[in-house]
Amino acid sequence: MSTHVSLEPPRTGNPGRSQRYRSRKGPGKVTRGNFELYSWLFMRASGVLLVFLVLGHLFIMMVTDGGVEKIGFAFVAGRWASPWWQFWDLMQLWLAMIHGTNGMRTVINDYADKDRTRAILKGLLYTAAVLTVALGTLVIFTFDPSIKG
Amino acid sequence: MSTATVQEHVETSASGKAGIEMMTITVRIRRYNPEVDAAPHWVDYQVTADPTARILDSLHKIKWEQDGSLTFRRSCAHGVCGSDAMRINGKNRLACKALVKDLNPTKPITVEPIQGLPVLKDLVVDMEPFFQAYRDVKPFLIAHGNEPTRERIQSQKDRDRFDDTTKCILCAACTTSCPVFWADGQYFGPAAIVNAHRFIFDSRDDGANERLEILNDREGVWRCRTTFNCTEACPRGIQITQAIAEVKRALITRRVI
Ligand code: SF4
Ligand code: FES
Repeated sequence: MSTHVSLEPPRTGNPGRSQRYRSRKGPGKVTRGNFELYSWLFMRASGVLLVFLVLGHLFIMMVTDGGVEKIGFAFVAGRWASPWWQFWDLMQLWLAMIHGTNGMRTVINDYADKDRTRAILKGLLYTAAVLTVALGTLVIFTFDPSIKG
Repeated sequence: MSTATVQEHVETSASGKAGIEMMTITVRIRRYNPEVDAAPHWVDYQVTADPTARILDSLHKIKWEQDGSLTFRRSCAHGVCGSDAMRINGKNRLACKALVKDLNPTKPITVEPIQGLPVLKDLVVDMEPFFQAYRDVKPFLIAHGNEPTRERIQSQKDRDRFDDTTKCILCAACTTSCPVFWADGQYFGPAAIVNAHRFIFDSRDDGANERLEILNDREGVWRCRTTFNCTEACPRGIQITQAIAEVKRALITRRVI
């Protein structure tokens, strides 16, 4: 009778996943720094702010002054003439993008268990986030109402 | 007189037996023998069971009367030792506390090993990763200064602060119901945090900062997604998610209250 010496015990509930024991950490070998703490706090704070910013935004866009019908080039140009709305939209863009990216980061950490897969997915995520934020910020600040669409 | 007592006893037990409606149930067990099986598989067993008995009794019946190779852990059989946590009908419970009548016995009752740990055989998993996380939070009294000459006194109020988390029996039902732990097994897990909480909020202990720093780790409390699976799974009814939230709060305010 042959015995399967190299048989790896399957991890329950995760068929096909390679088994990985908790990496051993002696005392004092923990990862220092408060990054995860600040990230957690940021998610709570930005979440609360976004509720007001986004609901306010939707209300202005959909309900006031005749609803969606009014939205056009002129309407956007008029709003962005005011630093207040520029600031509002900038806050929405930055908070929503960082909040969403950070949320996606935790999802990747939860669902991708190979270091390589994690690195690739996070690389794509951060590239997309930086491009979106940069492009959006550029448009908000360099918007020129004199070009006619 | 003694004869009468014996007589009485026999009668009550006989009538008690007659009052019980025994039923035939199907127990569907996830079996795995590393020496012959390439992968775990389900096997159905029919057993007669008293609806008010525990599923552990049915497992015993199967092992003793049908298939002696069935492997599972149990010790106290009364919810004290924490050795028989299993996934029963998709939910983590102690087999010795899950009653047949509460498990919809008209359908097959599924019994699997707890998830996220390596299966050694049938319902037995390797608990080492779980205990590693437990040891990592230093679950023992850390006291500085001179040894007192008498016991360390504590007020009732100070004791109540961490009373809930002293109830843990290290059964792993919580940690193995946590989706973050399932992901890669690196997260400390609810049980380790519960046992850290037990010392962090103990007025006699001086190691709070040390333990908070350990749980401030990348794999520490911040990975908790407030899913509440752990609180739901705990056979001791410990408010685990709340304990985790209290550790988070202590980390943010740097105060243990
Ligand atoms: S906290 Fe509850 S579920 Fe978790 S190991 Fe302790 S007793 Fe078991
Ligand atoms: S056998 Fe001891 S807790 Fe179930």
